[in-house]
Amino acid sequence: MAAINFGYTISKPRAIDIDRNNLRKSDEILREMPELQACIGCGACTAVCTAGCLTDFNIRRVHTLVRRGEYKGLYEELNKCMLCGKCRLVCPRGINTRGVIMLIKRKLGDF
Amino acid sequence: MRGNNWKDYQKQIADDHYYYARSCIRQNFFPGSEKAFLDIMHNDLGKEFLDDPRHSSCTGIGYHSDVVPLETTMTVVARQFALMNEAGYENFTTSCITSFGIYTEILSTWNEFPETEERTRENLYKATGREFAKPRSIAHTSDVMYHFRDEIAAKAKHRLVNVSTGEPLRVVEHIGCHYAKIFPKAGVGGSEFPYVLAGMIESWGGECIDYPERRHCCGFGFRNYLVQANRGYSIANSQKKLESMAPYKPDFIVANCPGCTMFLDKWQYAIAEMEGTTYGQNGQGIPVLTYEEMAGLVLGYDPWELGMQMHQVNVEPLLDKMGIEYDPSAKYLGRKGRYIGQPESSVVNAGCSKTVYDIRE
Amino acid sequence: MKRVIIIGGGIAGMQSALKLKHRGIEPLIIEKETELGGKLRGWYVLFPSFTPASDVLNELRNQVQKAGIATRLNSTVESFDRDHVILKGGERLDCDAVILASGFTLFDARIKEEYGYGLYDNVYTSADIERMLNEGRVTMKNGERPKRIAFLHCVGSRDEKVCQKHCSKVCCITGVKQAVELKQFFPEADVFNFYMDIRMFGPGYEEMYREAQIRHNIHFVRGRISEASPTIDGRIQIKAEDTLTGRPLHMSVDMLILLIGMRANDDNASFARSAGLERAENGFFAPRDQFLGNVESNREGIFYAGTITAPKNIGESLNDAAAVADTVAQYLGA
Repeated sequence: MAAINFGYTISKPRAIDIDRNNLRKSDEILREMPELQACIGCGACTAVCTAGCLTDFNIRRVHTLVRRGEYKGLYEELNKCMLCGKCRLVCPRGINTRGVIMLIKRKLGDF
Repeated sequence: MRGNNWKDYQKQIADDHYYYARSCIRQNFFPGSEKAFLDIMHNDLGKEFLDDPRHSSCTGIGYHSDVVPLETTMTVVARQFALMNEAGYENFTTSCITSFGIYTEILSTWNEFPETEERTRENLYKATGREFAKPRSIAHTSDVMYHFRDEIAAKAKHRLVNVSTGEPLRVVEHIGCHYAKIFPKAGVGGSEFPYVLAGMIESWGGECIDYPERRHCCGFGFRNYLVQANRGYSIANSQKKLESMAPYKPDFIVANCPGCTMFLDKWQYAIAEMEGTTYGQNGQGIPVLTYEEMAGLVLGYDPWELGMQMHQVNVEPLLDKMGIEYDPSAKYLGRKGRYIGQPESSVVNAGCSKTVYDIRE
Repeated sequence: MKRVIIIGGGIAGMQSALKLKHRGIEPLIIEKETELGGKLRGWYVLFPSFTPASDVLNELRNQVQKAGIATRLNSTVESFDRDHVILKGGERLDCDAVILASGFTLFDARIKEEYGYGLYDNVYTSADIERMLNEGRVTMKNGERPKRIAFLHCVGSRDEKVCQKHCSKVCCITGVKQAVELKQFFPEADVFNFYMDIRMFGPGYEEMYREAQIRHNIHFVRGRISEASPTIDGRIQIKAEDTLTGRPLHMSVDMLILLIGMRANDDNASFARSAGLERAENGFFAPRDQFLGNVESNREGIFYAGTITAPKNIGESLNDAAAVADTVAQYLGA
């Protein structure tokens, strides 16, 4: 059947669907670094981020998406990180954010 | 509908003597429905409704598309009330959900900001020389039908029951957003568990389906479908609902909004043609009815008299389930037996082509 | 001997009575239920120490009994003033002062229709969970173990739609406590807490929150669930925004638990009228002064203890009781 072109396509849902997402990688990451769960979303990491000042890189958002099982494109996104470590200095929850970035990259290498 | 939440929301619905305001678009999409409403009220229930040719659009479509200013809408609404007063009526009923929303919203605005009512009185007088009094009651026509659901059930020729199994038909009821999402107390049953259609379905033997996306908007949204580039997310909302209801195997959908009824019906065609997905039994689509058509079938009206040949999704499988006799050869005969043309076969109806009689053969 | 009538036999009422008795003042507790204890009777363990609620309750009840404190059970107060209380039925009891300690009412979750409480299976309130924990059996309607559980914070608090603008304060920590408890019951389940803000106001609360995150792997999602609907297999579909990623989030869960707030009692309005008392906008009573008179009313001889003035935790309610006994004693010159 040749699909008819009506001049628009059916939009795809942009909701995070936890029922469909595969949380296996996310669980692995949280098991290795449970401290990541302690994030309270304050955004201090993103505020001081060297890369985030110049690009739309947002480390808080990236690791939150990982925890929700939304991995697509995040490995490439994390390549923007310069590993300067300032985020770790400011985190009020003492999360090793640099370690988190390295761990996520290791786990998501094949995504 | 589960539970009795709806009982907390009751509204005054007048028993008789209504001024009837038509919808701008319904007569194109579901051309028999408004006539069926008046016929049922006059002939079956002996009620008196004035179908006044002088009233105009409420401007709802223009209002929600940002092309008609609020002051204009208020003045137009005031004129409808003036016409109602002149004809000697106090109860206003409107066939369109968005009109119902407009009237409710404007009466509420006048109540909250009396200066806007004063200005409207001036505007109406300057423009038309008319004065108006506010109606004693406002009802959507589905409220009126709901109000008489038991009288209709008592006269029923058919019930919403599968005649071959004796099981109640499984019905998805869809309520237009402007019915109760703007003013929950203006609708029977409020906005989360509206009872206006569910009450009819239950009185007439059917069973309502409560599915995850029941409360979701159909995606009509005025400026969304009006602009071609925006239609993608208009249709996506209908698709979301259809996907969500499909596992419950509904026998049909009934809606009380002109736009919802049209879109839930017509988008099934578009989705089938664009993505090859069809819903309903054997992929024949899920028939979508107006509540007047549903009432008409229950009261034994001829489906082609009700205008059901104009549906995108063929209704014959539903008619067969209800044990309604119909003449397949008369489907595309209009007034005085004149052939009105017939749609090309489409993916969504492919499964039931055998019930479609091609008069040209 | 001076006589003080205490309206309400919950923990604040019992503690006030005990402290007054120690000072040689004669307390009389009026309780509308069949036994003393108030809302604490329905609770299982207390945050953040997991102390059984019954430890606190039984200790107070035993002391009340030992001290021989006069109690009128099954008695509802119709109206009162500083020198008397009139019970439903017309009986008049005279006194030298009144302590109003009639507490709060739990928000009726059915009012938030969009969550389907009372309509859909497997939608519970925090009070239901405490009851189930007390009964030793937390399950889904069909008896199965839940695999995914969602808690929703702020049901009937911080919500102008239901006329409850105030923060009910203790629901956040209750949500953390119950999440940990359910995770211990069902280690294989994923637990999500949906919150607007997490307000950890008490000692050890923030630490418990952190523990819930790191040690119990409880997922905290900042976003309010907007509606819950039934799925075909008897589960609940929920919609929220994951505000920290800026995207809508959908999931189906086996159990949805609504953390219901504390609201003002319905009879506060008539009490305020009959005794000439001032109330705050949220319907709780307004103390004479937030700092130097927070167990006193705007009328002489009428005092407050516990959650009659605002949502409070157990410790704060008990402290109120000690403070009110001291204030009343001073007022009576005892």
